Amino acid sequence: MTPATLFRDPHFRRGARDMLAFGPALAAWGIVTGVAMTQSGLGVGLSVLMTLTVFAGTAQLAALPLFASGAPMWVIWASAFCVNLRFLIFSAEWRVYLGQLPRGRRIALGYFLADLNLLLFQKAWPSGVREPGQARYALGGAAASWPVWQGSSLLGIFLASLVPTAWGLGFAGTLAMLGLAYSLLTDRIAWLAAIVSAAAAIAAYALPLNMNILVAIAAAVAVSLIATRVGGATPATARQP
Amino acid sequence: MTTLPFAETALTIVGMAAVTMIARGFFLFADREPRIPEPLQRALQMAPLAAIVAVLAPEIFMAHGALVTTWRDARLFAAAAATVYYAWRPGMLGPLLAGFAVYLPLHLRWGW
Repeated sequence: MTPATLFRDPHFRRGARDMLAFGPALAAWGIVTGVAMTQSGLGVGLSVLMTLTVFAGTAQLAALPLFASGAPMWVIWASAFCVNLRFLIFSAEWRVYLGQLPRGRRIALGYFLADLNLLLFQKAWPSGVREPGQARYALGGAAASWPVWQGSSLLGIFLASLVPTAWGLGFAGTLAMLGLAYSLLTDRIAWLAAIVSAAAAIAAYALPLNMNILVAIAAAVAVSLIATRVGGATPATARQP
Repeated sequence: MTTLPFAETALTIVGMAAVTMIARGFFLFADREPRIPEPLQRALQMAPLAAIVAVLAPEIFMAHGALVTTWRDARLFAAAAATVYYAWRPGMLGPLLAGFAVYLPLHLRWGW
């Protein structure tokens, strides 16, 4: 399928249109991430590299304090992986709809499919089974979300480069993560996990190499698993924007 | 603020990009349908929240490697403002702007 026929495909267009309806929200988020990256000490060059390659806002925000405190590479990777673990669940979902594509293509497309893409996809295709046109819809959404995100993120990087770091705009990243964390507190077990994680991260702060992050994640996940077993609670579906 | 070592930071960032690709393509790689056991699914759901909070909590409550001992810290008031705003109207951008409306004057005017 050539780009010209793709742009005229109704499913592709619908995917792009549905995504563009959320363009302003996505762009605001992109600007915040761009500002936070640049102002937290990455500078313009590394911020541009980060947005163009990593393309995962939450993992980027979470990595910034770790960069600033000189955490080793593998701790930053491990933290990014933990933040990104939700995408493992999402990818199992995408597998249902994109399974007929050749492996290389579905992995390439998967890279561009973040939280909002799945959210909109599930709204557009509520049946939950594979139907014709789904891959083109997903591609249309990605064709809209990628330029909006990157454009706004680059704008944020540029704007932040004009402002002295003394203003403390890097704190935007922390406040953005705070809002994200609240949106994930969907049930009591999530609250428990968050409290355990916060307490452990602070208590173990003196550990070398920012190991407190990994200790906190392990403790929180362990406690939430035990609490699920004891309480018999049903897992809530946690979604991030 | 210390300057980050450029090459090492760039390499870390490229590694993070690989992490994105691995996570988003994880179950797209195999040719057969994946089956995720229930406890693993629960763990996968909780880990992102735990990771965010683990990074976040010291950013708000600690300074120079210890718990903050003064209430004259702009971050505490900003986080409180964002929290109140979120309780009033949940969302992403509103709490952030509310937090910043409190943070900037305290930080810039009084240097908290």
